[in-house]
Amino acid sequence: MALSVTDLRVYYRTLKGDVKALDGVTFDVADGEIMGIAGESGCGKTTLGKALIRLDNRMRHAGGTVALDGEKLPIADDAAMRRHRYREVSLIPQYAMSAMNPTRKIGKMIRDLLAAHGVRYAEVLPELERRLALVGLDAEVLKRYPIELSGGMKQRVVLVLSTLLNPSLLIGDEVTSALDVSSQKAVARALVEFRDHGFVRSMVVITHDISVLFQVADTILVMYAGHLAEKAPARTIIDEPLHPYTKMLIGALPQVGDRYDEQQLSGIEGRPPSLLNPPTGCRFRDRCPLAHDRCAEAPPFREVAEGHQVACWAVS
Amino acid sequence: MLTLDRLDKVYRTGTFGTSDLHAVRQVTLDVQRGEVVSLIGESGSGKSTIGKMVLHLLDSSGGTITFDGRDVTHLGFRARREYYRKVQGVFQDPFSSFNPIFKVDRTFETLRRSYFPRVSSSDWRGRLEEALAAVSLEPGDILGKFPHQLSGGQLQRLLIARALLLDIELLVADEIISMLDASTRIDVLNLLVELKSRGLGILFVTHDLSLGNYVSDRVVILYKGRVVERGVTAAVFDDPLHPYTRDLLASVPHLDRTWEDVEAEEAERSAALAGRCLYHEALAAQGRALGEEASAADGDDVGLVEHSPGHFVGCFRLAAGDPCPAGA
Ligand SMILES: Nc1ncnc2c1ncn2[C@@H]1O[C@H](COP(=O)(O)OP(=O)(O)OP(=O)(O)O)[C@@H](O)[C@H]1O
Ligand SMILES: Nc1ncnc2c1ncn2[C@@H]1O[C@H](COP(=O)(O)OP(=O)(O)O)[C@@H](O)[C@H]1O
Ligand code: SF4
Ligand SMILES: [Mg+2]
Ligand SMILES: [Mg+2]
Repeated sequence: MALSVTDLRVYYRTLKGDVKALDGVTFDVADGEIMGIAGESGCGKTTLGKALIRLDNRMRHAGGTVALDGEKLPIADDAAMRRHRYREVSLIPQYAMSAMNPTRKIGKMIRDLLAAHGVRYAEVLPELERRLALVGLDAEVLKRYPIELSGGMKQRVVLVLSTLLNPSLLIGDEVTSALDVSSQKAVARALVEFRDHGFVRSMVVITHDISVLFQVADTILVMYAGHLAEKAPARTIIDEPLHPYTKMLIGALPQVGDRYDEQQLSGIEGRPPSLLNPPTGCRFRDRCPLAHDRCAEAPPFREVAEGHQVACWAVS
Repeated sequence: MLTLDRLDKVYRTGTFGTSDLHAVRQVTLDVQRGEVVSLIGESGSGKSTIGKMVLHLLDSSGGTITFDGRDVTHLGFRARREYYRKVQGVFQDPFSSFNPIFKVDRTFETLRRSYFPRVSSSDWRGRLEEALAAVSLEPGDILGKFPHQLSGGQLQRLLIARALLLDIELLVADEIISMLDASTRIDVLNLLVELKSRGLGILFVTHDLSLGNYVSDRVVILYKGRVVERGVTAAVFDDPLHPYTRDLLASVPHLDRTWEDVEAEEAERSAALAGRCLYHEALAAQGRALGEEASAADGDDVGLVEHSPGHFVGCFRLAAGDPCPAGA
């Protein structure tokens, strides 16, 4: 098992109290698996990604464990994590593209990053060039500034540099979200290729764009308000979701052929609960058409079929 | 209602205007009342530039814009104010349209002061509530709040409500849903359709074809500043003709087919159209010499021919400077 997360809790400290952004999540990512994470804005996707790399000073590890390749990761200990970061677990943060330093050439940026991890640029340069070519980029880009590249080119550069040391796990947070369909496809395909070439062993791909996950992910994990709702093979999540929230989320997606006149889709009424003082029990309760008395108690995230886990009392 | 005729935009770039950028080339399109027209193209294709010219946030470099038969290509200060009573825009990032240090109410106050100084407070309150109701917002949930206390979808709807207060006739919606998540997206899309059924004309700018397809009556496909294909939505989506449109449709992530499946289907269509250019074939059939584009410009459509009723396509070359695949 590449990644094993057990009852992980990560809270944000605020003046009003803890925001329980990740409140007891348990899941595994197998060797070679690309797991997608989907869910509404604010459900905790980015928090989960960050928790596996670096807790910022407002985040608090409130419980639970993370193990990578059987070894426990010291996620609450920033200094101890340094050894694992980038070499073993690598993160492409949300908005990575716009966070690139505009005054540094791409090559210089990569050189600095490698130096920070004690690796010589010249040593990896041939491999770097090979991988750039693989994602359709000329080595010429190393001499360019970020603003000279399109969004899709920048994301491919970020992918290459994040995986240069062949980490066990790559987390990509909304790497395709700001791109148009053609660049989206190029970047999404590069993700799969990198896994196939063994440049990264397993991946966690975060996006609210479920149709992209259907194209690249082996499995999809659906989150809701800091909890897990469902995990299953990608096709099962799309074609036979079991959790009421997953069903509504999939139902809100216009497909390429859908037209308003013929098939009117609807969003999910209401909003997710505040994570400052989240309600007890199932957090989807006040929006769920199937809610009943039992839902006042939190449903366990349990396996209902091989490789298919759901947290819902209404699913047998 | 709105007609763009051979609209052009050249951005002067480079230190001495040496490397001009021709961002919009001879774009002709129209939007009628009660209709959603989607303007679709990859990033950098010139969509926002067109939207901004319609909204007079940018000057055009050539061509004309008419609104209800009146030439509005150039407008003075006063005329522009009147124009904005009828035409408004909403943009991609709702957060940047609000000043974070003021409550969202201020947006409405500013509007009232500049356009409705004589409307009484109670009358204004009534209009405000009506506009909020039209976008399914509860005044109590919204008023008195700061922008950061509202979601992207709520802010986007607030901006639409603001436009509605002016009783507008045309809305330019530039990528208004790309920052929203799936369930909020569909709510905003449904809202647009509802507004159109009340007679509003909407120019919906997007790079997402499935969203464009869901809401629009007609679509305009833009590539590097040039309209390569346009027509009734169903016609363009069911039978995309231009190589760029076909490539674009093959890139859309589907929920029931993989990219490989879609590419296989597309390969068949491409094989049938390889080395051809329906635009030049149509011109030849009409008895005009191949490549004689200037004369085509005298017809109904600048650089486009009507391939089938309501479905127009341009020369199959990609960028303006590329050769035509049929060698025309
Ligand atoms: N620094 C912070 N302080 C307090 N609360 C925070 C902080 N950062 C995030 N949160 C809260 O934690 C929750 C989860 O946020 P997170 O960024 O993980 O969401 P997300 O699923 O990645 O959303 P999106 O799809 O918008 O990127 C939200 O309720 C958010 O408001
Ligand atoms: N203010 C500007 N100055 C110079 N070039 C610009 C400016 N705004 C946009 N462009 C260029 O014009 C082209 C069209 O841009 P834009 O209309 O924003 O496209 P879209 O909205 O389709 O992504 C792009 O090549 C872009 O780089
Ligand atoms: S546990 Fe209850 S409230 Fe939660 S999703 Fe299932 S039925 Fe709905
Ligand atoms: Mg996020
Ligand atoms: Mg734009």
